[in-house]
Amino acid sequence: MAEKEKILDIKDLDISFRTTAGVVHAIRGVDIDLYRGETVAIVGESGSGKSVTMKAAMGILASNATVNRGVIQFNYHHLADGSPASVDILKQDKKWIRSHINGRRIAMVFQDPMTSLDPTMPIGKQIMEGMIWHYKTPKAEAREKAISLLREVGIDDPEKRMKNYPHQLSGGMRQRVVIAIALSCDPDLLICDEPTTALDVTIQAKIIELIRRLQKERGISVIYITHDLGVVAKVADYVNVMYAGKIVEKGTINEIFYDPRHPYTWGLLSAMPDLDTADERLYTIPGSPPNLLYEKPGDAFAPRNQYALVVDDKAEPPMFQITEDHYVASWLLDPRAPKVEMPPELRARIERMKEEAKKHGSEL
Amino acid sequence: MAVNYNAEPLLKVQGLKQYFKVSHTFTVKAVDDVDFEIYPGETYGLVGESGSGKSTIGRSVIRLYDPTAGTIRFNGMDISGKMKAADQKALRTQMQMIFQDPMASLNPRKKVEDIIGEGLDIHHMCKSSAERSERVRTILAKVGLAPEHASRYPHQFSGGQRQRVGIARALIMNPKLIIADECISALDVSIQAQVVNLMKDIQEETGTAYLFIAHDLSMVKYISDRIGVLHLGHLLETGTTEEIFAHPVHPYTRSLLSAIPAPNPAVEKQRVAEGYDYKSSGIDYAQGTYHLLEGTHYVKCTDQELAAWK
Repeated sequence: MAEKEKILDIKDLDISFRTTAGVVHAIRGVDIDLYRGETVAIVGESGSGKSVTMKAAMGILASNATVNRGVIQFNYHHLADGSPASVDILKQDKKWIRSHINGRRIAMVFQDPMTSLDPTMPIGKQIMEGMIWHYKTPKAEAREKAISLLREVGIDDPEKRMKNYPHQLSGGMRQRVVIAIALSCDPDLLICDEPTTALDVTIQAKIIELIRRLQKERGISVIYITHDLGVVAKVADYVNVMYAGKIVEKGTINEIFYDPRHPYTWGLLSAMPDLDTADERLYTIPGSPPNLLYEKPGDAFAPRNQYALVVDDKAEPPMFQITEDHYVASWLLDPRAPKVEMPPELRARIERMKEEAKKHGSEL
Repeated sequence: MAVNYNAEPLLKVQGLKQYFKVSHTFTVKAVDDVDFEIYPGETYGLVGESGSGKSTIGRSVIRLYDPTAGTIRFNGMDISGKMKAADQKALRTQMQMIFQDPMASLNPRKKVEDIIGEGLDIHHMCKSSAERSERVRTILAKVGLAPEHASRYPHQFSGGQRQRVGIARALIMNPKLIIADECISALDVSIQAQVVNLMKDIQEETGTAYLFIAHDLSMVKYISDRIGVLHLGHLLETGTTEEIFAHPVHPYTRSLLSAIPAPNPAVEKQRVAEGYDYKSSGIDYAQGTYHLLEGTHYVKCTDQELAAWK
């Protein structure tokens, strides 16, 4: 295979919001990179800044946001001659982003399909809208393409469905339509912001399989924003764990699930209900996520961290590199720190997961 | 937590039907002929996709709706049809509900103290205001909130804390049964675990029974003693948690179980969830009758279907 092509490169992104209560420092130095055809998941609790990061990449931040520093470099090819181009999204004005990036190069699938579709417009028209606007596609051609897209996302009888309004469709069908709209302009990058949180488990499984299939067929890159680690396990190649506006651990999917190093990742993994054991109690991360209105020195996770060290209250931990892709922001990884192992229950669970993985024929 | 299954059931629902008339020609059969029972101190989990009627059952049982047909017996009283004033009063104290969205179910203009104490006021259960605030404080401590939280308003709390207030409000009446309608699905993962643990601790302490309504099977497995699987208003399969998870029989139950994503990437990447489509499956729920498999494990189907699935 040829050299991997980097599509998105976010470096040292720092964003704050002006609110009536004061300045909220929501993103505090985030680095993410993404290569063509790969899937990156961003995991975190609500308020950890995962959606804000992706909104910045789309250039659709709310008007009270200030970007303090950072670079969001997006690489793409010109449609006409295929020559490569590269832009820093943060330096472009809204109008340019609107006509060159949004929907055309980067498309987004939102959480709730009922609020992201226009209730007064037939779905066919909504799918055609982007193509006509961005590419000046003739109407008949756009219609043809819309029908084939609907078929591709698994909607039966697409010719008839074109005239339906969103309220006439079920939740799963609506989300399929949203995906069809996102794909209508052949984007290079698809951002899925909690695409299945509002859906049932059975439909969730189908939508995820659909996104995976489309990604393989079209070779696009996908960013998943989610808090469900089960979904992450199914789709992602790389995982970024976010907490209070920072990435606390990043690595390949196997590194995060089979060799997590950050106490917060331990907590997230342990809090997942385990279907294989009959434990009476679930592990919980004590406390609740911090209010970013009140910034305090040191590691933001320290108050909830049972392994916190004295230094955690004084200085923010840097990113420690473990392997080529695996980075962890925790003082526990410092050579001077005491040796701390993950909780034994989690260790046992990971061993069990590895066993099961071996049965399925994968070598770890 | 041992549940005595020989005791008289706390709640016994038989042939419950809840229809909603939309127009002259169209009636929605939200719940169609559902039987189940809950024993004292037990947790019964109701699972199903949206529109399967699980919330409707909860609301019919607590009589927010008038059931179309069927009998509901709770704690020795018949609470279907027209109730006596005394029965109604008893029902309103002994059965309580926790709702899905804590922000929408708590009055934003009332202090937490008054939200929790409202039931006490209505039923005149406290002689003095000192006794009332004492009881509110005890309950707050039980759900893991501090006494100073009593004088705050709902918007001053985080999502998990708000749901604790919702639980406290249900608990203060010392109910025998709490209906928890999707009470954790609006919360973050790490907070979900906290609330589920809290509910388990409270059950251990007070012996209240739960009707736990959810679509997230993995959490239901954690908290429930027995599970009922609903689809399109029919209770398709019911049994203990072990029976359902180890030997699911109905194809819908199997598809539900296979759709749970496991946090194990190497396995999950290869697995394809089992699909289920009612229209193409050729099953007619209305034809089925309850078949006993073993213990408390029932499946609603016809004889031929059962033979084919086994």
